[in-house]
Amino acid sequence: MKKIISVLVENKAGVLARIAGLFGRRGFNIASLTVGETEDSEVSRMTIVATGDDREIEQVEKQLNKQIDIIKVKTLETELSTRRELMLVKVNANAQARGEIIDIANIMKAKIVDISPSTLTLELSDRPERLDLLISMLDSYGIAEMARTGMVALGKGAGAIAL
Amino acid sequence: MVKCLESQGISVVFGYPGATIAPFYDALTQSEIRHILTRGEQAAGHAASGYARITGKPAVCVVTSGPGSTNLFTALATAYADSIPLVAITGQVTSELLGHDVFQEVDTTGAVEPFTKYTYLVKDAAEIPRVFQEAFHIASTGRKGPVLIDMPVDIQKQVIEFKNPGEVNIRGYKPRVKGHPMQLKRVAQAISEAKRPLLCVGGGVFSANAEKYVRELVELCNLPLVSTMMGIGVLPSRHPLFYGMIGQSGVPLANRAIEESDLLILIGARVADRAIASPRRLEGATSIVHIDIDASEIGKNVGTTIPLVGDAAAVTQQLIECAPQGEWEKWLTWLDTQRAAAPSYPETPGYVEPRRFIRYLSLQMEENAVYVADVGENQIWSARAHLVRSGRFLTTGGMGTMGYSVPAAIGAKLADPSRQVIAVCGDGSFQMQLTELATANQHGVAVKIVVMRNGSLGMVREIQDHSYGGRQIAVALDGSPDFGGIAAAYGIPFWRVGSMEEAPEAIAGFLNHPGSALLECIVSPKEESI
Repeated sequence: MKKIISVLVENKAGVLARIAGLFGRRGFNIASLTVGETEDSEVSRMTIVATGDDREIEQVEKQLNKQIDIIKVKTLETELSTRRELMLVKVNANAQARGEIIDIANIMKAKIVDISPSTLTLELSDRPERLDLLISMLDSYGIAEMARTGMVALGKGAGAIAL
Repeated sequence: MVKCLESQGISVVFGYPGATIAPFYDALTQSEIRHILTRGEQAAGHAASGYARITGKPAVCVVTSGPGSTNLFTALATAYADSIPLVAITGQVTSELLGHDVFQEVDTTGAVEPFTKYTYLVKDAAEIPRVFQEAFHIASTGRKGPVLIDMPVDIQKQVIEFKNPGEVNIRGYKPRVKGHPMQLKRVAQAISEAKRPLLCVGGGVFSANAEKYVRELVELCNLPLVSTMMGIGVLPSRHPLFYGMIGQSGVPLANRAIEESDLLILIGARVADRAIASPRRLEGATSIVHIDIDASEIGKNVGTTIPLVGDAAAVTQQLIECAPQGEWEKWLTWLDTQRAAAPSYPETPGYVEPRRFIRYLSLQMEENAVYVADVGENQIWSARAHLVRSGRFLTTGGMGTMGYSVPAAIGAKLADPSRQVIAVCGDGSFQMQLTELATANQHGVAVKIVVMRNGSLGMVREIQDHSYGGRQIAVALDGSPDFGGIAAAYGIPFWRVGSMEEAPEAIAGFLNHPGSALLECIVSPKEESI
């Protein structure tokens, strides 16, 4: 089962290495991990997508909480969160295929951000499963390369994780 | 840095100098702090561990960069596994050269991260007062453990004005001390409803200085108690409510008691594999209350019916206030009927039966003596045969680091010179740290060392015999020195005991000698740990 864990951490050197090391040595599985600054420049937010059963996820949360540099840990419910991921995908597109790919991009609300005689580069920011769908639609044309940021998420509504 | 240590009340540091820690040592010349020079960095860490376990406060070890720091790692990992509060200070190359792989550079903070509670790499001298204060706070609160401060040599050379940094405030670190009242009520209720309750205590009880409260609780509520190896001595060994050590090297009654209990209350015990081999099986069979300062230990190895996060001393006092009473006279009677006389082991002519020797030794020791057990067969003999009265039993239950006992005993003796301190090791573990006899000599530390000599790495030999078809390899300690000669070389008296008949006189001379002394006990190479 995939779980989204939102973690507020001290924005200082070595924190990412500590968290990555923790996941590695405890054998926790990470699907993605993103990190960036928050409204408070001393605090960063990590969004970790981890896989495991309830017991494993509980242990992940506890181990994260135990870290001195971690200020708050919260598991977000998928349905009660706004989730986004950004993807850039460069797809093979000769003159014949270009029209079809543009159609797909329009349907998926992806932006075309670069073009070459043999490729198109698409940008999509959406829920991760929508990104997966776009990939599956483009697969048959041949994906030259792609980059995904990993998911970020915030709980829906007025509530916030208080420091 | 020295001022910071002084303001923490540090009067002794253990260490080994080198180029990148030279400015610190230079400042030490202007301080009352006593420096104990060990003969290896690992020993400095173990000695600090022994010191910390007796004072209950963080102890300090200091080493240089590169090999100085890597030699310390084993001691840090040992302290981490056993939750012993240390503050380790490591020299580091000039901050500008960090990452250039210069002479004696190693990424210390990166390397020790998995087995320290926290680390600092100081890049601004102005941070020193705050960093030191936080380090002591982190090491000594919550679940205790080693904290490392890596100090580039140029930062050490800077001159700063020492300012008291004020209260520690780390927003991500606020350990819970008191137990949650609701959970506590549930625990008290569960105890009074239980028919076969059992307390199982671990090293966390010592970390929290909670022995006296646990004893009070046990006696107030008439609760039977077993312990892990790290929990030996929470109750005196012959206390009527103590039923022994659990685990694969524990006593059958203690393990049986766990299986038969309908409520198991774990206090400061993490249910590691050597203590409870199949925790998942236990989950269905009994209700489990898990009391621990470290929330991540609860539910990690064994599922819990009632989790309770808190400091063992605080929670036990809260439980004493609840004074749960119940009906388990029958259970106690049953446990007492199961008490077997200590099994007797056959004597091998020409050798000493180690358990009998240890039992005899422990009764001749001063009542409040500190007994430091090393690792190997000798550790199991000690854990099972040593009788704690009002003393302490120190060993490395978590990491099982050979060579721990001699340096840890030196540290323990320095922490409380009024107590008798005895290290008991094997001929394998002794040879890992026997150079520390020089440390004891140099600093006038009187430690008694018993070497159980069986000429082999007995525990490994047992593994090879039982699990690898008896194909023995690399376990014979042929070529070992004459320990009498070693003692003579270090100028300390020596006794050799080859049979139990010789033991009383030798032990009397050994224990009564005012300084350090070495006693060799000749044990059959065929002797088993259990």
